[in-house]
Amino acid sequence: MNKLRKIFTLDSLVVPLVAIVLGLIVGALVMLLGNYNPIEAYSALIKRVVGSPYHVGETIRQVTPLIFTGLAVAFAFRSGMFNIGADGQVLIGMTTATAVSLSLDGVHALVSVPLAVIAGGLAGGCWAAIAGFLKAKRGINEVITTIMLNWVALYFSNYIIRHFFLLKGQNRSEDIQASASMTFLSSIFDNARVHWGTVIALIAAAFFYIYLWKTKQGYEMRAVGFNQHAAEYAGMNVGRNVIKAMFISGVFAGLAGTFEVLGVFHFQSVFAASPGYGFDGIAVALLGMNHPIGVVFAAILYGGLTYGSAGMSFAAGVPPELIKIIIGSIIFFIAAQGIVRFILKPFYLKRKKEKVL
Amino acid sequence: MSTAAAAPVVELKQITKRFPGIIANDSISLTLRKGEIHALLGENGAGKSTLMNILFGLYQPDEGTIEMNGTPVTIDNPNKAIKYGIGMVHQHFKLVQPFTVTENIILGMEPKKGLNIDYKSASAQVAKLSEQYGLQVNPNSKIQDISVGMQQRVEIMKTLYRGADILIFDEPTAVLTPQEIEELMAIMRRLVAEGKSIILITHKLKEIMEISDRVTIIRRGKVIDTVDTDKTNPSDLAEKMVGRSVSFKIDKDEPNIGQPVLEMNQVRVESKEGVSLLNGLDLVVRAGEVVGIAGVDGNGQTELIEAITGLRKINSGTITLSGRSITNLPTRKIIESGVSHIPEDRHKHGLVLDFSVKENMILETYYKTPYSKGAFLDQRTIGEYAGKLVKDFDVRTPDIETKARSLSGGNQQKAIIAREIDKNPDFLIAAQPTRGLDVGAIEFVHKQLIAQRDQGKAVLLVSFELDEIMNVADRIAVIYGGKIVGEVYPKDTNDQELGLMMAGFIDKGGQKGE
Repeated sequence: MNKLRKIFTLDSLVVPLVAIVLGLIVGALVMLLGNYNPIEAYSALIKRVVGSPYHVGETIRQVTPLIFTGLAVAFAFRSGMFNIGADGQVLIGMTTATAVSLSLDGVHALVSVPLAVIAGGLAGGCWAAIAGFLKAKRGINEVITTIMLNWVALYFSNYIIRHFFLLKGQNRSEDIQASASMTFLSSIFDNARVHWGTVIALIAAAFFYIYLWKTKQGYEMRAVGFNQHAAEYAGMNVGRNVIKAMFISGVFAGLAGTFEVLGVFHFQSVFAASPGYGFDGIAVALLGMNHPIGVVFAAILYGGLTYGSAGMSFAAGVPPELIKIIIGSIIFFIAAQGIVRFILKPFYLKRKKEKVL
Repeated sequence: MSTAAAAPVVELKQITKRFPGIIANDSISLTLRKGEIHALLGENGAGKSTLMNILFGLYQPDEGTIEMNGTPVTIDNPNKAIKYGIGMVHQHFKLVQPFTVTENIILGMEPKKGLNIDYKSASAQVAKLSEQYGLQVNPNSKIQDISVGMQQRVEIMKTLYRGADILIFDEPTAVLTPQEIEELMAIMRRLVAEGKSIILITHKLKEIMEISDRVTIIRRGKVIDTVDTDKTNPSDLAEKMVGRSVSFKIDKDEPNIGQPVLEMNQVRVESKEGVSLLNGLDLVVRAGEVVGIAGVDGNGQTELIEAITGLRKINSGTITLSGRSITNLPTRKIIESGVSHIPEDRHKHGLVLDFSVKENMILETYYKTPYSKGAFLDQRTIGEYAGKLVKDFDVRTPDIETKARSLSGGNQQKAIIAREIDKNPDFLIAAQPTRGLDVGAIEFVHKQLIAQRDQGKAVLLVSFELDEIMNVADRIAVIYGGKIVGEVYPKDTNDQELGLMMAGFIDKGGQKGE
């Protein structure tokens, strides 16, 4: 019991957990206001997520790109930058993977898939590095450049697909034959679209942790992230670190796009608006407190809620948009930790008194 | 002045304030009499600021009461403190630079004429205050155009304008030249003569002896003693403050001066806007000597250090280290060629505050063996090394995994000094190495600098504290307007002469020592 308590007094665990509960309560209140039954809705949500092997597999599919983009935003943040452009980097990764795969049509998948993955990741990284370069050499705030690059990426991707890879009569690319699907698992998950990207995403999270906290390059990057002046004083090359951090962040985002194409859709649409993976990544990074393990769990939560919301609307008639209110509230409560601590205060006091007795 | 009979205006009775883990104030009692200057003396973290924040309404005491003129009062916010006639002159001025003196003073309490601010009567009132207390402030000057000493007077007038009878001065002389300090003391005397009462927070014993009527010494949250200034002496005060005897005189032998280590020749630095920051500066520092740079803040000290360490590119001139040029090399190359640097701003440059003590110890050496192997850091070696430095330099920290942020200022500085000295440099730059430190820590820092010099290292000491320069340096170079305007030996000069040189009145020509 004591041990358990020790774990749960860890702020880093308590705050997100309480924030999630508070978010669900806010969601329930809104449902009550709209004359929906929250208990029915939440049970439908849970059932949708874990109800059948197919749904579990599809939830994993939903979670995977969120891990990547969450890691992308968190990595940049740890290096002192705010990468709002993960969305554009996702698109560039996607387009590059599509282009490579379609160009290598007929080549064995064991060759073409790894090539497409590498190209997609690198392209995302280079796209992000543009913003890093502008910050390092010209001092331009990365928030502005990454937002602008999102639009450039959107229209550039559409241009590439339309002009080189368009499926006649459709607003999308031709089908990609080589795929990163995990066919051997498809039967377990009842033909859900599970793919190798999930494994790579978990490896990326492990890489994130080891690189940042165990290597000298990571040490440098964190120093730059915490205090640029001290890093400069110590003889580190701040500009190079800024570019490198943005590059790695962009690789994560690029891989998200790559696997959406290779593992899930097997074609690329011409997007009318930005697909939003990158912006969800900001939320995931915030929820996960910019820590790789936190990001993985946050992606599972975010992805699970998003996927489950469809179930909510089927079974309880609750509009799926309501899930955005819940996610929004959870993020709000995590950002406004003071409120959570205020709510927890009576419990802490009580515990203290017990100790005295 | 005799204050024995004067009535108390403020009485702090048995004030106790606890923070998680520490008792910042442990039943502190302090009486401020009308018309006295009461000095509050204590090391960093002794509880001076906490006590004054309680008096100014920023904190609430857990126990104890505050009495004003004999009546118990509750001060739960600064506005209430102002209402009770308490004013604070902060160490870091809180002024709006492009505003005039008058605008700054009336900010938040503007006299109105209809919907408009009545500037005319405001500036007349400011002029009247200025005259009454002999402050000689022009109500219509902009803050950005007046000197630091003048700005401090504006801070004083802000409190007077709000009707303060009790003025708290928080380390008021830290930013002033010797002449300005003299003037400030005269103003303080004038204030008490007009019936104001003053609490002076400081760690400078010389000033306490000169200006205060009584001194209260605080150590680790407790009042050690309250004494009449004329019945005590500096070494007695210092002993009470740190709890052991402290030597002020630094024991040092005659320097054993060797070859030039640092040579700067006609170094010019311009800002991006083309303003000249270093103006053809010449400087030589030889092995085995401490050269002190004396000067008023903002005369090129920062740029001088940045130029040497490669943090700023120089426009012309040369800088050599032991005969080899280090002009405009990258910082890492300069560090590797044997330069160590205890920076002026330890929070901005010296430490990554969110790194652990351990991580901070390898800030400049992390990429070298044995601290890293291949691409990876060797955590165990780093831990052992950090543990050794912490022990050797007596850095008081719960453990090496503690974040640098949670160390006291003195221990943060010790950590930096440990790191810089352990690199075994040929040339050591110490910029404001004792700023904000208490007597015990200052003694430690000075001993380390002298030890480096005795080992034949060249040491450059940049400081705004004349006493420090006079005590530690073997040779003094005065910087003014981005240039060395004179070099003197401590035994041949005095505060007055240095003060005039620092203000640009005497030019003794850069004679490069000897």
